[in-house]
Amino acid sequence: MFRPDVKSGRSRLSLAWIGALPFFAYTLLFLFLPAGEVLVGAFKSVHGGWTLSNVTGLRHEPYYTAFKTSIEVSLVTAVIGGIAGFGIAYAAIREGTPRWVRSGLTTFSGVAANFGGIPLAFAFIATLGTIGIATQFMKNQLHIDIYGNGFTLFSKTGVEIVYLYFQIPLMILVIAPAIDGLKREWREAASNLGASPFQFWRYVGVPVLMPSMLGAVILLFGNSFAAYATAYGLTSGAVSLVPILIGAYYSGNVLDNPHLAQAMAFGMFLVLAVMMVAYIPLQRRSARWSK
Amino acid sequence: MMARLRRIAPSAYIWLFLAAVYFVLPLLATFLFSLRSNQTGKCCTLHSYGWVIHNGDFWHTLKISFVLALETIVICLVLFVPTVYWVHLKVPRLRPVIAFIALVPFVVPPIVMVIGLLNVYRGTPAWFYDKPWGILCAVYVILAFPYMFFALDAGFRSIDVHTLTEASQSLGASWPTTLFKVILPNIRVAALAGSFLALAIVMGEFTIANLAQFHTFPIFLQYVNETQAYPAGAVTLMSFGITWAAMLSLLFVGRGRGARPTLIAGGR
Amino acid sequence: MAYLELKGLERDFGTVKALDGIEISLDQGEFLSLLGPSGCGKTTALRLVAGFDRPDKGSIVVDGKDVTHVSPSKRDMGMVFQAYSLFPNMTASQNVEFGLKIRGRHRGDRHKRVGELLELVGLAQAGDRYPHQLSGGMQQRVALARALAIEPRVLLLDEPLSALDAKVRLQLREEIRRIQLELGITTLYVTHDQEEALSISDHVAVMYSGRIEQMGSPAEMYSSPATPFVAEFIGTMNRLEATVLDGGTGAVEYGGVTLTVNAARDRARGSRVLVLVRPETVELVPANGDGDPNTLVGDVVTQTFLGPVTRLKVLGPGTDLIADVATAKAATLPVGTRVTATVPAEGARLLELSDEEPLPSIPEEPGPSGQ
Repeated sequence: MFRPDVKSGRSRLSLAWIGALPFFAYTLLFLFLPAGEVLVGAFKSVHGGWTLSNVTGLRHEPYYTAFKTSIEVSLVTAVIGGIAGFGIAYAAIREGTPRWVRSGLTTFSGVAANFGGIPLAFAFIATLGTIGIATQFMKNQLHIDIYGNGFTLFSKTGVEIVYLYFQIPLMILVIAPAIDGLKREWREAASNLGASPFQFWRYVGVPVLMPSMLGAVILLFGNSFAAYATAYGLTSGAVSLVPILIGAYYSGNVLDNPHLAQAMAFGMFLVLAVMMVAYIPLQRRSARWSK
Repeated sequence: MMARLRRIAPSAYIWLFLAAVYFVLPLLATFLFSLRSNQTGKCCTLHSYGWVIHNGDFWHTLKISFVLALETIVICLVLFVPTVYWVHLKVPRLRPVIAFIALVPFVVPPIVMVIGLLNVYRGTPAWFYDKPWGILCAVYVILAFPYMFFALDAGFRSIDVHTLTEASQSLGASWPTTLFKVILPNIRVAALAGSFLALAIVMGEFTIANLAQFHTFPIFLQYVNETQAYPAGAVTLMSFGITWAAMLSLLFVGRGRGARPTLIAGGR
Repeated sequence: MAYLELKGLERDFGTVKALDGIEISLDQGEFLSLLGPSGCGKTTALRLVAGFDRPDKGSIVVDGKDVTHVSPSKRDMGMVFQAYSLFPNMTASQNVEFGLKIRGRHRGDRHKRVGELLELVGLAQAGDRYPHQLSGGMQQRVALARALAIEPRVLLLDEPLSALDAKVRLQLREEIRRIQLELGITTLYVTHDQEEALSISDHVAVMYSGRIEQMGSPAEMYSSPATPFVAEFIGTMNRLEATVLDGGTGAVEYGGVTLTVNAARDRARGSRVLVLVRPETVELVPANGDGDPNTLVGDVVTQTFLGPVTRLKVLGPGTDLIADVATAKAATLPVGTRVTATVPAEGARLLELSDEEPLPSIPEEPGPSGQ
């Protein structure tokens, strides 16, 4: 039978990919090499051989506290950010809310998700720091002395409060398309078949949104875990988080064994890799359902 | 047009109100802070802004960061545009590979990257290792890469690369002509979007600059934060302004293409 | 005896009057189509019946009970949407059993019923597939099964075939009708495809701008359109603006030619009328010489191949006609041929035109195969 001309993929492929060589060379030099150096260096010993002691030593202080704190902060900001982000996004998107609220929120979230680091840290110092505007307002007008009661911005809790400023907008950006994807027809069909709003959410709404929600929370977790500048700007390195500790070690505070910093970096990489592995199938599932 | 419920749900009000308070308050506080006078600790003076504008370091670091950003953008475009074009045109099977590589910077965040980077390139010549235009720019290209890639990828996917290229070549154009006169104008929006993202990244990147000890604009910001409370408010607002301008330009430019604003590494 | 009644329904959206007094009555087991271009209000009317919207005036009565203010989940109606209505996180079987689950039926009952329904719509093997694994046609079959599972009193379909390929559409519409007849369920069907409506309905209501232009059996709608809009919307129709010359003989003047149209008898001399002629009733023969002064003469300017029949456009001074001619015959009348067109006296219908009323224009609609 007559067959249309089929491009023979084999021989063309072997020549064509050379066009991407500059790109691969570049990523090799400036992405994989540095990354590899760190990850491999975690297993090197000061004396020149290989060792697991750097990595196994992570379960001792101060690393243990750092990882624990980092994981706690990331979990808290991921979950709270997730819930708040969903609540706000849903409030803005649902029927009844004027359209400008939704587009304003999306625009703002796009910008706010990138408010990070030093400027954000300062903004919160100006708000809730010892002489912050809100602190003083509460002290002078409401007679509530938060610092007197033990609160301080320069702590794990403070970091969590500040991190939410970019976590929540990130959540909004990620979950808004999923909420959009909840087709009106599903609601109506469910209602037509006799379901109450609660039954709709229970059997259709929540199950359909779940992969997106989980994926988003995972994304938030990773985002928080990797953050450095904000915590640094807030506490000048005083709070015990893994990225801060790595920075401190590298900058020379404790340096008979440079591989310790690398071991911590390896630990970070592991956590983030696990997140990524969990995220990708969730992402695919939610994309499939929003067709 | 289908009818919509005309009422706003009460719970929606609450969520949106609380959100507004949480997000506006810090900005307001920064602004008020920036207006406080150094002597009285109270409102209202523009002294801090004056201090910033007359501060040589402010302009110096701003310039460095800005030039760095431009350099990064140029390298990104020169490296990634032809690559993405080539992949879309000739080797589509490589696309998932590149997309996967684009995820690596999320698993190897700046704080991890920087210590490897500085170790690997320790022995390189001073013009590369000691100057921001060398090693710092090199890694900024990597930081910008995922965003550039997704922006360009989306741009290329929205045009029919094959048809345009074949049409151009059948009319007698050479490769460079095709690239510059046919392809580039059509992905202009995507390239601009990627560029604005790169700009925001570089102008806000602190982690690597800090550990590699380069004096960029965010480093200056942190210095002011640690030393001068009220002017810190002024520079913080200015820095916000720059980020906002970049992101809003991005949204403006990406309007017809459904560009979704995304997150930037290293600035957090 | 009326089972489903729409009484005086009115609905405004801001300044737009989407429904302006709709009166419809269906007997039990009847299949009625609401037919019209987009924006005519047919979907609005359907959604009012389903309960997703409330009318500003009027009422909806089912089996003697007023359901106008009953929530949609309690109306006991089954609805099939245009697209996307299957719950993506459930298999076809789970979708179909959803209504039964809500009603608290036992698992065994549910499974049995689901099996019956999937069998009915021809998808017995596809129960375990998810919507994204089903083609558009299959999805709509599942949607139909799901709507029927709860044994609703009324079946509502909102352009269920519009999003499907032409071939699937033809197939599925026959099936919908077959199932409807088998179950004897009262059905309200919304579509913009007049061929679809005419082929499967007991009655058709043509809507335009929120009003019903005409309601009747498909044959009536086709042969006796009551308004210019209906005439144009249903099938293709030649609309000839003419003036009555003699009410006795039925002579009218069109394009400088006198024609005899039986339907023009008893009309006042001088009244403006629209002579409606179906293309298939126009006879064409090649013109020889000058011909009879009472026949229409023109040139074939285009031929459009439509399969068994070819559509010829004939233009002459004062003459603009479409004629559908058997394809074999059309070959003898190539473009450029001068022809004589005869309008049989009996084959035309007539509509009065008032002097001010402009002919309504039909809004641009994608044709049945023009998705």
